[in-house]
Amino acid sequence: MIYREAGQFKTTYLNDSQIFPIAQDRYAVAALLIVAFIAIPLFASQYFFSAILIPFLIFSLAALGLNILTGYAGQISLGTAAFMAVGAFASYNFMLRVPGMPILVAFILGGICAAMVGILFGLPSLRIRGFYLAASTLATQFFVVWCLTKVPWFTNYSSSGVITAQQINILGIPFDTPGEKYVLVLIIVSVMALLAKNMVRSNVGRSWMAVRDMDVAAEVIGFRIVRTKLIAFAVSSFYCGIAGALFAFCYLGTVEPEAYNLDLSFRILFMVIIGGLGSILGSFLGAGFIVLLPTVLSVIVHYTGLPNSVTSNLELMVFGALIIFFLIVEPHGLARLWQIAKEKLRLWPFPH
Amino acid sequence: MNEQEHGRKIGDVILKVENISLRFGGVKALTDISFDVREHEIRAIIGPNGAGKSSMLNVLNGVYTPQEGVITYRGQQRKDMNTHEAAESGIARTFQNIALFSGMTVLDNIMTGRNLKIRSSFVEQAFWFGRARREEIENRAKVEEIIDFLQLQSVRKTPVARLPYGIKKRVELARALAAEPSMLLLDEPMAGMNVEEKQDMCRFVIDTNDQFGTTIVLIEHDMGVVMDISDRVVVLDYGKKIGDGTPNEVRNDPEVIKAYLGAH
Repeated sequence: MIYREAGQFKTTYLNDSQIFPIAQDRYAVAALLIVAFIAIPLFASQYFFSAILIPFLIFSLAALGLNILTGYAGQISLGTAAFMAVGAFASYNFMLRVPGMPILVAFILGGICAAMVGILFGLPSLRIRGFYLAASTLATQFFVVWCLTKVPWFTNYSSSGVITAQQINILGIPFDTPGEKYVLVLIIVSVMALLAKNMVRSNVGRSWMAVRDMDVAAEVIGFRIVRTKLIAFAVSSFYCGIAGALFAFCYLGTVEPEAYNLDLSFRILFMVIIGGLGSILGSFLGAGFIVLLPTVLSVIVHYTGLPNSVTSNLELMVFGALIIFFLIVEPHGLARLWQIAKEKLRLWPFPH
Repeated sequence: MNEQEHGRKIGDVILKVENISLRFGGVKALTDISFDVREHEIRAIIGPNGAGKSSMLNVLNGVYTPQEGVITYRGQQRKDMNTHEAAESGIARTFQNIALFSGMTVLDNIMTGRNLKIRSSFVEQAFWFGRARREEIENRAKVEEIIDFLQLQSVRKTPVARLPYGIKKRVELARALAAEPSMLLLDEPMAGMNVEEKQDMCRFVIDTNDQFGTTIVLIEHDMGVVMDISDRVVVLDYGKKIGDGTPNEVRNDPEVIKAYLGAH
């Protein structure tokens, strides 16, 4: 009843193809952005920033990157963390070795390095698909981490193999406290989410989905399969690379290659599956879900008086159960649930 | 009546198929096939199951490369053409088993048919700026014309997976038409439809031919449909051509009757 589009007429195609065609959605998103940009920085605690909000945003970005590749273009990847690592270590090295390098440029260059690695390791996708492609991206995962560990140049010959991310300073403004870092991450993630949405509603997005759904027909229509797949790998890896750089610079601070291990790749894959394959919103929902789950569980464990050691095991059990649940019941994840809820809300509370 | 109506506007030969042979290992799918298609005509390919009709269509738009033979399309001779070149030269097609992009809406599916008209790069599209945005709007306007033409307005934003079979076939036709093809290859456009849907589809095929002047090559099993709408018919059996001519000529051809009645 409240949530309906009655009376909102579209008179141009431009109007009809906007990102949020329903006015209520636009108000909700505007409100959300105001809260995220103004209210939260004013009122949230340090813990909230550094333990929940920053990782949530960074994981959302990584999940968004993987979602472009797996959800939209249909290419399974287990190498997400590797692309993040490339982004992080490339940005670090650009900052270290190029004097006066602005940090945002270093992030973008790090993303471009990740994109190039993505294209390189995306080449097998031209010949193989499905599980076999997953196995070949697994090779990426192990190769990149091995390479960063074994070649000391990447970690600036640090004896422990750990790097310390440089201070963030943009146009003379330092971003030191968790609150400031949160604002920086929020801006980057918002802009990149918007760009991703634009891509998936344009020709390039349609080419990804066409290749995902029926590659023979896509080719007959005139899409170039090779180009489409490699662009998907490049864009996806670019997103993951930026996420990886933010992970190092804004979240961990000091980081070793092992932080970007297979576990992280799987975590991000779970976010995409639980959030919703082929949905921008789903990437955020999935990341939010998986970042918040341990926190919520530990609170529950705390109140029930069970020993703390139960928490981590419980987390794994709930995790596994949920993934199986989603794969069986709702393969399109939380995003689809949200969409169904919206359709119901159009009529609610009147059934007809 | 029909023949006369089409007869007036039929032009020169635009597609010429000469001595095409296609083999898969030891299996001869097509043997020494030759025929031509004139501009603006509706050309049917018929034949019993396994006669090589779909293979023929796949050769025409470059999915299969024949071992022997030459195809001349609009004066250009090609031996091995890939599907992308076929699409660029104005050949569009539909498939026997619906090959829509099931995760996308009807609108997006039809928009994919316009992909060759889009010049902006993915970076421009990411910023939804200038040329990218203009192209999106222009192509949308064109797609809306086709949606009107095929009466798909009510399902515009529905994901295709939710549509009934007959409508899906129509969406596939719409996607092919969105490319503004000069030649349209239809692989059994009426298969599995009820009488009403078949009539609709016939009307759309004839209208396409009339309004856009599109040359149509179609494969169809329903003899009533074939005899009614096509100008000329090629008959294949076991990968060989056994008949070629107007519907009337073909109907009375003893070879064709034998192939269809199975009397050897």
